[in-house]
Amino acid sequence: MRKPETVAESVSQPVSPSSGQGSDHGITAPLTVPVEPVSEVRRFLLARGNSALADRSFSALMMTCAISIFAIVVLIATELVSQSQLSWSKVGFKFFYKFNVDPTTNLPLFWDPVNGDFYALPFLYGTLVSSLVALLIAVPLAIGVAIFLTEMSPRFLRGPLSFVTELLAAIPSVVYGLWAIFVLVPLLREHVNPVFISIFNNPTSVKLFGWTGLVGDDGLFGGVNLGLGLLASGVILAIMILPIIASLTREVMSAVPHSQREAALALGATRWEMIRIAVLRNARIGIVGSIILGLGRALGETMAVAMVIGNAAEIHRSLLSTGHSMASVIANEFSEATSDMHRSALIEIGLALFLVTILVNGLARLLVWAVTRGTPARVS
Amino acid sequence: MGVGIEVTNLNAWYGANHTLQDINLPIPANHATALIGPSGCGKSTFVRCLNRMHETNPIARVTGSVRIGDMDIYADASPVEIRRRVGMVFQRPNPFPTMSIYDNVASGLKLNGYSNRRALDEIVERSLRNAALWDEVKDDLKKKSGASLSGGQQQRMCIARALAVDPEVLLMDEPASALDPVSTSKIEDLIFQLKTQYTIVIVTHNMQQAARVAEKTGFFLNGRMVEFDSTHKIFTNPSDKRTEDYITGRFG
Ligand SMILES: Nc1ncnc2c1ncn2[C@@H]1O[C@H](COP(=O)(O)OP(=O)(O)O)[C@@H](O)[C@H]1O
Ligand SMILES: [Mg+2]
Repeated sequence: MRKPETVAESVSQPVSPSSGQGSDHGITAPLTVPVEPVSEVRRFLLARGNSALADRSFSALMMTCAISIFAIVVLIATELVSQSQLSWSKVGFKFFYKFNVDPTTNLPLFWDPVNGDFYALPFLYGTLVSSLVALLIAVPLAIGVAIFLTEMSPRFLRGPLSFVTELLAAIPSVVYGLWAIFVLVPLLREHVNPVFISIFNNPTSVKLFGWTGLVGDDGLFGGVNLGLGLLASGVILAIMILPIIASLTREVMSAVPHSQREAALALGATRWEMIRIAVLRNARIGIVGSIILGLGRALGETMAVAMVIGNAAEIHRSLLSTGHSMASVIANEFSEATSDMHRSALIEIGLALFLVTILVNGLARLLVWAVTRGTPARVS
Repeated sequence: MGVGIEVTNLNAWYGANHTLQDINLPIPANHATALIGPSGCGKSTFVRCLNRMHETNPIARVTGSVRIGDMDIYADASPVEIRRRVGMVFQRPNPFPTMSIYDNVASGLKLNGYSNRRALDEIVERSLRNAALWDEVKDDLKKKSGASLSGGQQQRMCIARALAVDPEVLLMDEPASALDPVSTSKIEDLIFQLKTQYTIVIVTHNMQQAARVAEKTGFFLNGRMVEFDSTHKIFTNPSDKRTEDYITGRFG
């Protein structure tokens, strides 16, 4: 109350230097001097009234926007649930792990629209494996990029480099898919896979590590080298999630206070030791958050994966083999799904994907928010 | 045991800002030396030149020589080696929040790969005792995070962390200015005890504090060292008019 009055006073009576400013201001000034609000500014502000209506309608509008987002989420969920009823009521939870056996070839049959087999395990497997491969490649790279950007890059490089990193995130995924078909897949087939094959499948590694099941013809790099497949999907996903993880990691790392770096350096830490104990350690929860966010993106990615994974509803240990993913089977088959059961099974896959990505993203956002909002999250 | 420091023709810059100009100063071993002067006169910059922290700022530059014991720190050794011998305590306590009290104190040794558990336990206890914090934290050394302590306790923990690597010199840049009076007097008592074993350089805004803990005092003004003498002389009979103006409160 008092402040506006003294302002009005000093505006209206600028002749007396001691009245508005100086030692009597705020200490000896009487609390209840009635001063006429005569200044231009005061009259203008008084004429505006209490602005309650404008405020109320603004918050109502914002509230509607916020609620409609929740409404959309709930609507999607209920629609997915009701549309997948047929499949769910028929096989229930077996949907996610059961399979039939082909009587002639003796191979497992998961998904065969012609014979009416609708079990989702190969899609779960393909999504999971390609996302894990993506994380395995993208996480070390992204953390390296983030460390370089926050701790080592000369100032003039920092802006352009962050810009280019974030630009990667803006490229449409179908473009990544095209690039993968024309560049990545041939590259893997001709140059990269042969290296892995020669390491994993040579007689010495088979003799030494045969017991792990990861080497040889049934190992991680067994089978036919097509270029397409789980590994190719993992690599293209890695490129796609790299900018997400790198830019968020950079953000949480730069949220670590400078005083932490000084504390480590003053103890005689080298630059790398300083990064380890003062930066990475304080930012670790946020880094985990950004990794999970990248995972969320990888799990849901459709187009690029559909273009390189091979679209075969099978499960093989080899990363060179073709597979399928939850998102790409929906994209590929939904428009051609003629039977109700086929349609319902696809929607059930969609529901599972929806739940998993919501969970993963929610968790990640929570972690990143917990770190960047203030002090580094602490272990208590 | 502490060693003496001999500063000769020290100049320091932040970009084009010539922050320290021709500083010459002999800092005696196993004594506390106080640095006083108005804000922005270069006290922090000066102590940061004594452990080569100044150059961690990309725009900073330094010339001149600083001998610590028998080593010229700008010629004979790497910054990392220097900082293992010259401990530093900052104005704001900066514990590692994700580490326990124990790990905070042991962090300097652990990061240098020291892993003798038995010896570590002893060093952590001794350092915390030296920092007058042991009795307050001994029951939750490994349970509580370093950040869960009060401000004054955090600062004493940071002192313990600096002492754990057994430095020859301890630099303290306004170590008590962010603390309450009780914590401040604890820190002062601490400096009083520590100076028998370490060479201490303490920057302070508080002239009573300088008078209480330090044998020698240097007065800085606008990047120059105006006067350096025994604390008693500086506070009772300074030779420079500007020192007198400052300590009698006529400016700054
Ligand atoms: N990080 C920095 N970047 C640029 N200039 C700085 C920086 N730190 C200090 N300075 C400048 O150096 C001068 C001395 O600062 P400082 O050593 O912090 O003084 P004091 O500790 O005595 O208050 C000041 O003019 C200040 O503006
Ligand atoms: Mg300072």
